Amino acid sequence: MNPRILAATTGRILRQLRHDRRTIALLVVVPAVLLTLVYFMYADQPTPPGQPTTFDRIALVMLGIFPFVIMFLVTSIAMLRERTSGTLERLLTTPLGKLDLLFGYGIAFGLAAAVQAAVAAAVAYWIFDLETAGSIGLVLGIAVLDAVLGVALGLLCSAFARTEFQAVQFLPVVVVPQLLLCGLFVARDQMAGWLQALSDAFPLSYAIEALQEVGAHAEPTGRMWRDVAVVFGAVVLALVLAAATLRRRSG
Amino acid sequence: MDDAIAVRDLVVDRGGRRVLDGISCRVPRGAVTGLLGPSGSGKTTFMRAVVGVQLVSGGTVTVLGQPAGTPALRHRVGYLTQAPSVYADLTVRENARYFAALYGRGRVEADRAISDVGLAEAAGQLVGTLSGGQRSRASLACALVGEPELVILDEPTVGQDPVLRADLWARFHAMAAAGTTLLVSSHVMDEAARCDQLLLIRQGRLIADDSPAAIRAAAGVDDLDEAFLRLIRAGETAATSTDATAARETA
Repeated sequence: MNPRILAATTGRILRQLRHDRRTIALLVVVPAVLLTLVYFMYADQPTPPGQPTTFDRIALVMLGIFPFVIMFLVTSIAMLRERTSGTLERLLTTPLGKLDLLFGYGIAFGLAAAVQAAVAAAVAYWIFDLETAGSIGLVLGIAVLDAVLGVALGLLCSAFARTEFQAVQFLPVVVVPQLLLCGLFVARDQMAGWLQALSDAFPLSYAIEALQEVGAHAEPTGRMWRDVAVVFGAVVLALVLAAATLRRRSG
Repeated sequence: MDDAIAVRDLVVDRGGRRVLDGISCRVPRGAVTGLLGPSGSGKTTFMRAVVGVQLVSGGTVTVLGQPAGTPALRHRVGYLTQAPSVYADLTVRENARYFAALYGRGRVEADRAISDVGLAEAAGQLVGTLSGGQRSRASLACALVGEPELVILDEPTVGQDPVLRADLWARFHAMAAAGTTLLVSSHVMDEAARCDQLLLIRQGRLIADDSPAAIRAAAGVDDLDEAFLRLIRAGETAATSTDATAARETA
């Protein structure tokens, strides 16, 4: 890796994003709109005493899920465009290292996700009175880590798609099972053993658990740090595998 | 002085088909060498082998004294792919600056590369809004911006206005005079006359490797198109008569 090339690549990806005003608007506005929907869905639901409200429980998890899902999609399409437009092959003939490109995407979309998460969190905390025992800073940090997880998986999955149609199909294949089994719909310890095993294998489960730890405890817990470490490890693993799919020579 | 490119017995198979069949040739330094041949003759595959992005079945390709594809060569070789591979959602200037940064060059070099290809007035325009000819010149600017010692250009003048085409050829010769080696492919024979040295390939085999004057003299005609035709015919007759001799000898 070369810091100058990494910085140039990150800047280039952010510049591409900047030219696409509508995408920026969608990135910033959509999570806030969806949070509003969730707020009014659960507005009249009774809350058992001593428990967080249903909105608090779901909104907190959604703050981690938005960046993961959206950055997964954005990255897999962006990387597919690099492959189909010939720019990837060209980049691989220049002094650019594979990790410069992959980390460039991770940093650029991680920054975009930080803006998105900040707006969504501002709406959740200040307009809809989301309450968490732990700090908002930790929630934002985990949300950005979730975004980077989405980027890393998107970079990897784009190698297995030849067309945009295929790339979009990876959303139900890679993302939806993780959403279903992450503990949002059914608590993880109440699922059948084989589902728990699957859930344990999915990185998003740890990302969500980390957020729930922040929601329930005033101070960062050991479990939260372990979860964060697992997600971080999954990011590194996905990036290494993605680097292996970038071949400088082809047939 | 040693050659910029030395190719020995190069064989490339793609999709079960032999695309290059035992090519051996040398490309001198500080000159414009034309790679001529009809569409599908293997020109692009040959260039990819020189850049080092093509998996080869046999033979060796030595570029600037090192095996093709050696990491150190990525700083010294510039490659223009046949289809323009630049970012459509960036301006011409943003594209040139990005590729400049990959080679450790700055804004001055980027602006010079843009004006060298006659795009100074369109520098602030998004590549996606350019005409086909302008877009391929934007791609050319990105190949030249690193001021490489060896420039591989795959059909750089296709679709360009005749005046611009003449300007580009003048530019290539100025670069060669300054010591840069250029390998330029074309399927237009009138461009062959502009080259210092010619390689003619047809159906994956090298048919001629000489200066335009020597090729004209060998074929006994002034028109290069006609000269190539005679060389091809002569090659075919020789092959047939050798086959016939061989058949007689076995009989």
